[in-house]
Amino acid sequence: MLSNVSGHLHRSVQVENKMVKKLVKGNVALCEGAIAAGLDAYFGYPITPQNEVPAYMSKRMVEMKKVFIQAESELAAANMVLGACATGKRAMTSSSSPGISLKQEAISYMAGMEVPGVIVNVQRGGPGLGNIAGSQADYFQAVKGGGHGDYRLIVYAPANGQEMYDLAYNAFDVAQKYRNPVMLLCDGIVGQMMEPVDFNKEQKTKFEDRDWILDGCKGREPRSLKSLLMQDGVLEQHNLDLLKKYQMIQDKEVKAELYQVEDAEVIIVAYGISSRISKNAIKQAREKGIKAGLIRPVTLWPFPSDIIASYAKPGVKFFSVEFSLGQMVEDVKLAVNGKCPVDFLGRAGGGIVSDKQVLDKIEELAKK
Amino acid sequence: MEKILSRPKALKDFPLSYCPGCGHGIVHRLVAQAIDDLGIRERTIAVAPVGCAVFAYNYFNFDTTEAPHGRPPAVATGIKRTNPDKIVFTYQGDGDLAAIGTAETIHCANRGENITVIFINNANYGMTGGQMAPTTLLGQVTETTPFGRDPQREGYPINVCELLAGLKGTKYIERVSVCDAPHVIQAGKAIKKLFKIKLKEKVILSLK
Repeated sequence: MLSNVSGHLHRSVQVENKMVKKLVKGNVALCEGAIAAGLDAYFGYPITPQNEVPAYMSKRMVEMKKVFIQAESELAAANMVLGACATGKRAMTSSSSPGISLKQEAISYMAGMEVPGVIVNVQRGGPGLGNIAGSQADYFQAVKGGGHGDYRLIVYAPANGQEMYDLAYNAFDVAQKYRNPVMLLCDGIVGQMMEPVDFNKEQKTKFEDRDWILDGCKGREPRSLKSLLMQDGVLEQHNLDLLKKYQMIQDKEVKAELYQVEDAEVIIVAYGISSRISKNAIKQAREKGIKAGLIRPVTLWPFPSDIIASYAKPGVKFFSVEFSLGQMVEDVKLAVNGKCPVDFLGRAGGGIVSDKQVLDKIEELAKK
Repeated sequence: MEKILSRPKALKDFPLSYCPGCGHGIVHRLVAQAIDDLGIRERTIAVAPVGCAVFAYNYFNFDTTEAPHGRPPAVATGIKRTNPDKIVFTYQGDGDLAAIGTAETIHCANRGENITVIFINNANYGMTGGQMAPTTLLGQVTETTPFGRDPQREGYPINVCELLAGLKGTKYIERVSVCDAPHVIQAGKAIKKLFKIKLKEKVILSLK
């Protein structure tokens, strides 16, 4: 199926007798995950380093007789997602950091109107136009609001090509289950890197009936989707209802990977590409007899605070590794809640933290 | 006595929040009547703007959604492209359509999206207290043009219909008024014509 389209973007790799993995860029893997999830429409706008997504979708979606539009702006693309998802369809937009700033308007409206759009951010360096290198500097924007008002976005952080596929596949179910926008917070490195990916999901074709979508008022009362709630107390009640939903998401949707963490005296918290560099450093540290481990949040919101807290025991030292000047480290500190020291290692502006630097930090903390 | 006129089914029995003299109520009624006459109420989805007419969803008796300021054409594009069997229209003011949403308006029209736009031009921002709009006339005094609109300072009013008529994707534009009874009748006919054409093609209507 895949080999017929956009052939320059991937090659097949025969791994076992039957299982065929494809060697693809992370950005292509995420497209296929979304398509397998039953994507009805993709709306995009060019920006590096996510250009593979609109390019791939422009062919795949049209071949499948689904909707592809290159919008006039990221603003318009995100609002097209809002429109399509308001009718119960599955729609996605993707961009990179400066474009994601423009999408915040629609994201806030989707949160308020409870419209389950899916937004992909293949992060690059910032602020401003920044550069086109991979980065993790949009953590605050993704998990602390980004747009205006009291709301939460469910945020996944894929660390490899397979997770780009798997998490994109799951994002639509989770978004519709909670009627909440979902973001895939990727980075330019995972987006651009070619890795073998097992396209193992079944194509979704059937979806539950939903009692809120706009599909014409045939045989029922008209429905209205809105976030403007002017009557006294109505907006506050809506905010409290959203809070209840967010608490349910926090109870049920936290995902994290634990790596060699049970006996660890130095625990790294890292997500996405920086978690993979950290794993290499942990292997090297273990060879030197240092008990190091990793907690990798797969969901950045809801954040795995309870998991981190459960490892915050006397004698343990934490640090986060990020391609930023220190954003997630604030949530790690809140989770650890003063029980252990929490340090930070990171680089900004598209700079890459090396496994050697991570290992040095592990050794430095182990000696303390 | 025989009842020969009543509220269209596409309009709810709900008190309008519009100011005395405002044309929104009249246009709501005309739109609702056209939808009734064409029997499309149960497959219509409307997109309300930011501005006074955001409350359109309180008055129209069919599915409606809100959109961020200026974005109704993008929201309507998302709805219509994924639901080609539905009748989709936006209802927008001059600030929404011709200032903050200019890009969405032009590109939606240029793509030839199969939607209808009801453009209400009252030459000022009504909901926020009467500031200058892109369509404010030269010399017109508003909250933010206390000395009258001066083209040297504020530029010229945008002729929206002429602007959009220049695009190949636009199917039909008619500029009408609801200033008196004959014009209301004319506007009603225009709106009905729009929805009729729109069952197949893309159209834009401007109301003054």
